[in-house]
Amino acid sequence: MTWRKLLRTGWPIIPVVSALLLTGFLLIAFGVSPVDGFGAMLQGAFGDYNKVLNVTAFWVPLALSSAGLILAFTAGLWNIGIEGQIVMGAIAASWLALKFDLPSPWQIVFQLLAAMIAGALWAGVTGILKTRGRVHEIFGGLALNNLAIIFTNYLISGPWQPPEGGTFRGTAPFQDKAILPLFADSRLSLISVVLLLVALISVYLLLRGTSWGLKLKALGKNPRSAFLLGVSSERELLIALMLCGALAGLGGAVRVTSWFDSLRQSISGGIGYLSLLVVMLSNFSVVPTPFIAYFFSAVLNGSITLQLRTQLHSSLGGIMTGVMVLLVLLFGDIRVFNFFAHQKSKELADE
Amino acid sequence: MKVSLNDIRKYFGHVKANDGITFTLEPGTIYGLLGENGAGKSTLMKILSGYQAQDHGEILLDGITSSFKSPAQALASGIGMIYQDPHDVPSMRVLDNYLLGRSKGVSQDRENGKAELLATAERMGFPIDLKAYIDTLSLGERQQLELLRLLALGAEVLILDEPTTGISAEQKEELFDSLRKLAEEGKTIVLVSHKLSEVQELCHQVKVLRRGKLVGESDIPCPMEKLVGMMFEEIPPRKERESFVRDEVILNVSGVVLESDRVIVRDLNLDIHQGEVFGLAGLEGSGQRLFLQACAGLIHPTSGRLLLDSEEITRRQYHKLQNIGVGYLAAGRLEEGLVAGLSLLDHVALSDPDTKFVIDRVYFKELTERRIDQYKIVGTPSTMIDALSGGNQQRALFALLRTPLKLALLEHPTRGLDVRSADHIWQLLFSRVSQGTTIIFMSADLDELVDRSDRIAAFSGGKMSRVVKASETSADELGHLIGGEE
Repeated sequence: MTWRKLLRTGWPIIPVVSALLLTGFLLIAFGVSPVDGFGAMLQGAFGDYNKVLNVTAFWVPLALSSAGLILAFTAGLWNIGIEGQIVMGAIAASWLALKFDLPSPWQIVFQLLAAMIAGALWAGVTGILKTRGRVHEIFGGLALNNLAIIFTNYLISGPWQPPEGGTFRGTAPFQDKAILPLFADSRLSLISVVLLLVALISVYLLLRGTSWGLKLKALGKNPRSAFLLGVSSERELLIALMLCGALAGLGGAVRVTSWFDSLRQSISGGIGYLSLLVVMLSNFSVVPTPFIAYFFSAVLNGSITLQLRTQLHSSLGGIMTGVMVLLVLLFGDIRVFNFFAHQKSKELADE
Repeated sequence: MKVSLNDIRKYFGHVKANDGITFTLEPGTIYGLLGENGAGKSTLMKILSGYQAQDHGEILLDGITSSFKSPAQALASGIGMIYQDPHDVPSMRVLDNYLLGRSKGVSQDRENGKAELLATAERMGFPIDLKAYIDTLSLGERQQLELLRLLALGAEVLILDEPTTGISAEQKEELFDSLRKLAEEGKTIVLVSHKLSEVQELCHQVKVLRRGKLVGESDIPCPMEKLVGMMFEEIPPRKERESFVRDEVILNVSGVVLESDRVIVRDLNLDIHQGEVFGLAGLEGSGQRLFLQACAGLIHPTSGRLLLDSEEITRRQYHKLQNIGVGYLAAGRLEEGLVAGLSLLDHVALSDPDTKFVIDRVYFKELTERRIDQYKIVGTPSTMIDALSGGNQQRALFALLRTPLKLALLEHPTRGLDVRSADHIWQLLFSRVSQGTTIIFMSADLDELVDRSDRIAAFSGGKMSRVVKASETSADELGHLIGGEE
């Protein structure tokens, strides 16, 4: 009983501390003092002004797609296809950036809109496959992820190849007005931060106070009952997926127009999969999500410095975040609080 | 095995579910545990079967103090419980499901398991198809399988929680025969029920709980009045009701054919009038459920026509029908109808077609409170639906039916409710009927059919019997119709 109590009050500190300890042991095993190792990571993430800006710039698209995923998870959908939705958003934004010449603010506005539409449509394909074709969204999403990546590679090495012959790595840099206005000399755009805040608040309000959010919750928890209560599952699921896709697409656009300045081979950098971990750690709720995303961003950026300093591969950051999620799932049953509440209600239910 | 319960107490907040219960169960005896909803029967049996722990008191097995932390531990000590909803794995085959709990190592001894299962099934007289998937079985068949599984795992004490709700009369006979056989073999059997006739039919002894206390014990046979007197402080009077049947035909069914994997309903012709209460009798899986679902637009006839208010609805979808006043309540509460993890208020807002995009919490709080009051639900608007007791969940389902309601299609509307709660539900339904609602309901309880319906039809193997007037029929005649006799 005391063990459970400890878990209840200690969550989510226990998995986080355990992950730190485990990573610490790993560092020791590779002959690096944990103090030096974590110190290097901290330095790499927050060591100077530019590094903080860098961490923040990486955080924005990650948090955007995490916000979208909360909608999908609430509806009970495993939108693994988020990676592809980010990529399609990036492609759509790049298309406008490379092929159109619009007056200054509109260039960017339309790029972002196009990215959101592309992400939404790509997610819509997963949705239609699910509702009409009975293809589970995990499998549909994985297939579409691959297609999106292949499409990127085709564009980069084919029609959008830079004029100078070019590499297999990316398109030519975009025209200046196609790039989001950047803060100082960083890769961070304040516009993208504002958009992220709007997205987070919208998702929060949608789930908290609207009938649509309530329908999503019902569908996520019990689709059959929701149907009998009058919830049209196909429409709501499609909307949830497409909104998720739109936010992911926006994230993709932020990647190409501020983090990079062109469409690259691995444009998403795994942000989609990473955001799946973020929302699992945040227990699918909005409030902790941006903080957890920021933490992930710090760890991943910090581990690059770790590599420079200690010659350890930077994937150590990935290991740390991965282990953390596993430990949360292990210790927390994802949702310790609900879990205990649930047990109690079950006991009450027997009369 | 001799089981002694000593001063068992279990409190949920202020509710004393079990308030110092002491009794002994002897081997070779079938006990009936009676009590109205909320008397504490289920709590007590869940404590005995290791599902939850008591706050106070002890359990002695053959004189030895025992405590279980889980149903698995209780079963290892010889106590097995069959729940109302069998805890099996729906997508697995019968044999795999049987082997599931018993394999000790990695390898499963399928051949031995198969032989063993078949032998036990034979001994108990249960027909069993090893290759069938669990979700294609009826509730009764799943229950039989669960019983066989518990026996194979060495259960000496068998607890059955309302085992006859939702199973056919034939399956009930098979079950009762096997229980008698098991008692002769020296097993201790506890039947949790509120059906007095069944307790009279099967049990040797009865123990009655009321408000968490043991209020009476008796040998069977025992006069009905005495049992009822022990269960209820007062015997609920049965009110005569007036008929609200009008001349207008609300539902016209002509030449309807319905097909499922298990049964085909052929050539259904029927006129149901506005304000009528139409009862459907029949063994489970005889086609009456298909008929209800077809009226609700959940399945569609392969041929024939359905007219609602002279409007063709043969192929119309459920949600469209909902909007023109058709309501459907399925038998499973938390599976089909309610969403665990959402509150009562959430449910009211969810089921209200006029809910705006932004939910008006103040309005819905008030509305939910009104419904709680009207339907006598024990709970508040913010109570999670899965925290409600079974009877309250049932009432909540009825509270979610829309108004105005042209046609209410109900599967087992009072299943699992005691007499008084069932009566209350029907009073609420009749007040709807007096406002012009038509009810078609199916029930396994023949008395309920006779008492509540205006007219009744029985289904047997997909064929509908002649329609009889409830006032001119009897449970006995219905029994014959259900059996397929003319």
